[in-house]
Amino acid sequence: MATEEGEKKHALEVVQAEGSDDSCVTFVLHDEDHTLGNSLRYMIMKNPEVEFCGYSNTHPSETKVNFRIQTRGELPAVEPFRKGLNDLSGVCQHVLNTFETSMKTYKEQKEEAMD
Amino acid sequence: MAAPKSNVEEIRNRVILGEYGVRNVHTTDFPGNYRGYDDTWDQKKFEENFRVDIIEMDESTGTLEFDMVGIDAAIANAFRRILLAEVPTMAVEKVFIYNNTSIVQDEILAHRLGLIPIKADPRLFEYRSAGDEEGTEIDTIQFQLNIKCSRNPRATKDSTDPSELYLNHMVYTKHMKWIPIGNQADLFSEADICPVHDDILIAKLRPGQELDIVMHCVKGIGQDHAKFSPVATASYRLLPEISLMQAVEGDLAEKLKHCFSKGVIEIENVNGRKFAKVANSRLDTCSREVLRYEELKNKVKLARVRDHFIFSVESTGILPPDVLVSEAIKVLMAKCRRFLDELDSSQVD
Repeated sequence: MATEEGEKKHALEVVQAEGSDDSCVTFVLHDEDHTLGNSLRYMIMKNPEVEFCGYSNTHPSETKVNFRIQTRGELPAVEPFRKGLNDLSGVCQHVLNTFETSMKTYKEQKEEAMD
Repeated sequence: MAAPKSNVEEIRNRVILGEYGVRNVHTTDFPGNYRGYDDTWDQKKFEENFRVDIIEMDESTGTLEFDMVGIDAAIANAFRRILLAEVPTMAVEKVFIYNNTSIVQDEILAHRLGLIPIKADPRLFEYRSAGDEEGTEIDTIQFQLNIKCSRNPRATKDSTDPSELYLNHMVYTKHMKWIPIGNQADLFSEADICPVHDDILIAKLRPGQELDIVMHCVKGIGQDHAKFSPVATASYRLLPEISLMQAVEGDLAEKLKHCFSKGVIEIENVNGRKFAKVANSRLDTCSREVLRYEELKNKVKLARVRDHFIFSVESTGILPPDVLVSEAIKVLMAKCRRFLDELDSSQVD
């Protein structure tokens, strides 16, 4: 069982059944909800090595998300989790760049139209 | 039995609006679901297909309409949720009421003051640390509201209009005065820190009643209390798609035109006969009215394009709407980064 050490407030906990290997793992994400849960689930499902990926919130009053990943073969489940986070980060970066570029062009066009 | 190729494309890309329900809602393009399609996540393919089109931005009303094409609903929804609840702003949190002889109860007054949008760039402030009661210059903005209503000595004897009879009987946000703490006077000017609107009515007074209030504003997010939400609202809809399966002419064409919103269907004259054609399906509100008529329902196909989102963001005035969208995207990136750092710190051990 891997848990964060030293920190009083863990944002991420890992829960694994006794006797199972690294390929089926449930991650508990604290202070999260559908915002990150659903978008991360989508990114991880796009990975062909993932056999199962799903998330749920434990109780509407708790801000915890149970995130389960099962991988094909021997791949440890943290790998698709890490890849999903990186991919989602990459998507956000590209969306930000595209949005800001479009915004800049729009503002310039508006300036020109006014002159 | 393999479905015909066009059918597969439809299942993958369109949400079908049927007579009794909406079909094909969920995203199904995951690896392994469709033979012959490689649905593995490919950043390059995503970047090629993705685009953002700004339709309109109005600075005065704080509205922004833009299209995001080529992204999945899960991520578009994440942006919408963050715009509503996780982009921080400054709002009145602690209200110190030294004197309130007005007819408005203390707690009602404090609630109203909390909902007033405060124009202060939240990126220049920090969150207040837990347990800190006083507040420092880096996490607090202080306002003062000091107003006393009195009788107007110059009013005519038989007037009944309160604005003639009384002085200061309406308390507006323009009466809120910013009190700089610490070095805030050097960093900000009067115009930087003030309520967004001058004319929000806070309370009504009569002669002899007065308000003597000090307010502290802190940084917070909409998840904690809706007063911290930076948007009046943020929403999106999918691009509608209307296709005519058969030619519709004459009176039937007129009827078809009236089933949709204005500007969606136009009548064109071909060789003296009137035919209906789809002019601009973007304007449609998708009421599915056309499916109520037997003679029309088989001639039209109503659908929505699954990856084309028409966003509408309306800011409360604290930050311009395009800044809000950029901040929302950065919040999602920060969330990913937080978990990546947690993973890294635990791997090292």
